[in-house]
Amino acid sequence: MGQTFSEKILGKKAGKRVRAGEVITVSPDYCLSHDNAAAIIGEFRKLGIGAVKAPEKIIIVLDHIVPAAAEKYAQNHKTIREFAAQQNIPNFFDIQHGVCHQVLSEASFALPGKVIMGSDSHTTTYGAFGAFAAGIGRTEVASIWATDEIWLRVPETLKIELSGKPVRGVSAKDIILKVIGDHGADRANYMAAEFTGSAARDMSIASRMVLANMAAEMGAKNGYFEPDETTLEWLKKRARADYEIVTSDKDAAYEAVLSYDVSAVEPQVACPHTVDNVKPVTAVEGKKFHQALIGTCTNGRLEDLAIAANILKGRKIHPQVRVLVLPASREIYLEALKKGVIEVLSEAGCVILNPGCGPCLGAHEGILAPGEVVLSTSNRNFKGRMGSRDSEIYLASPATVAASALEGKITDPRKYL
Amino acid sequence: MKKGKVWKYGDDVNTDVIFPGKYTYTLMEPQEMAKHALEDLDPEFAQKVKPGDVIGAGKNFGCGSSREQAAACLKYAGVQAVIAKSFARIYFRNAINLGLPVLQSEEASDSLMMGDEVEIDFGGGRILAGGMIYKFPPLPDSVMGILEAGGLIEYTKKKLQIQTKTRSA
Repeated sequence: MGQTFSEKILGKKAGKRVRAGEVITVSPDYCLSHDNAAAIIGEFRKLGIGAVKAPEKIIIVLDHIVPAAAEKYAQNHKTIREFAAQQNIPNFFDIQHGVCHQVLSEASFALPGKVIMGSDSHTTTYGAFGAFAAGIGRTEVASIWATDEIWLRVPETLKIELSGKPVRGVSAKDIILKVIGDHGADRANYMAAEFTGSAARDMSIASRMVLANMAAEMGAKNGYFEPDETTLEWLKKRARADYEIVTSDKDAAYEAVLSYDVSAVEPQVACPHTVDNVKPVTAVEGKKFHQALIGTCTNGRLEDLAIAANILKGRKIHPQVRVLVLPASREIYLEALKKGVIEVLSEAGCVILNPGCGPCLGAHEGILAPGEVVLSTSNRNFKGRMGSRDSEIYLASPATVAASALEGKITDPRKYL
Repeated sequence: MKKGKVWKYGDDVNTDVIFPGKYTYTLMEPQEMAKHALEDLDPEFAQKVKPGDVIGAGKNFGCGSSREQAAACLKYAGVQAVIAKSFARIYFRNAINLGLPVLQSEEASDSLMMGDEVEIDFGGGRILAGGMIYKFPPLPDSVMGILEAGGLIEYTKKKLQIQTKTRSA
């Protein structure tokens, strides 16, 4: 019997052949944290040691509330900056860079075969590059800082096989929302979600990142795409370290295989208040909303902004909605500026925010009032996440959000394409 | 082996009902956290729970937020273990790392009733209740070590002390 990607990579790290279900101790290649590093520093100090064990493996990106929106956030940032300097942590990214998951990908820490732990549930994103990447709690990050080790249970793997070509107006976001809606928010609990098939191979890196990011919303421990020419092309310009491509064997054991012909997928919308409450856009057309958000670590890459700009070009957003645009990183912001995408979006009436997590986690920049509704390209619609507990969050693709922004109500994007 | 009483609940018990979000940044003291454990699911629990009691639940226990307090408040309330069909992944890790045993047993989850008396043999991987024995996969040594130390911070502290001693010896 062959092995899955996760069994192989964790086996290599553990120095023995392992099977799904085993618990092993490994030394991760990188350990990510963000603004919550302030709390982690507090836990680390309880351990009674002075220095972190492997400063070169620690990555901290300030992205959640940047620039600081209030004094307590400013103090957290200051604590983190001082700690990073004192501990000689070389990979500290201050507020100007963008969302951690995009920054780590651009700076190419997200490499095939690397084991990456992060105190953020969407750490799964790096599976788009063939890395093993999983979210963990804060206490665990403090422990990794001190010991350079973590215990992991080797996950079973759920294979999600995608065939066919998506129709116009359908993108990666619609495909993953369809899968989550069909199978539920705990379908991949504790498992690796391996995306495979011709439609997965046809996807750009940006689109693969959408699926790997949203794998967390199925409960997955990690996501995985087998590295191919598209991956190698991305890495050619960026790879900062050696890497090894690790793939699943053909006769590996899977927990189950879910097969989708993506040509049959329509634009999808996740309705309040769970990510698996998914309906085709045609079932919620006409729902009015007050704010739209295009961007985030889920859908804030150049191809996402370009799709929105393509729809909004030469048009104006509906006078009763406000549209926030949140590029995932400074690199993307710059590219979008150079290509005229930002100009189109601004002319249409959008507010361009600085790269970061912004309104997605409801801490600053566009908080919702009671009774307000937002249509967003982000990844979570839990009650109260973006502001008032009495507000509502709908999730959709950049095309659906852009088309809807023109009409002030949820709109099928296919009529604008 | 410590005896305890079962508090039995259903599927998908989420972190919000275990420890409400409104307390996550205000309540830091163990006894204060314990007072609000399971508040939105069973208001009587926090007043009546006794040291050694056990939570029994269905599938996906602890789904939702990654907040560690959802495991901590049960531990501080005296709960000796949670027995469920399955646990949400981050909850499982947080529970172990904070020193709260989480045991997977489909049979025990189906059979245990509110108020049943149970004993848990952690080393032998057995739950004893009403003359029945339910097996659970024993936790591996490395994970058991974290539980026995009382959580990951204490475990890591000990490990670091041993390393220091070894180096200076």
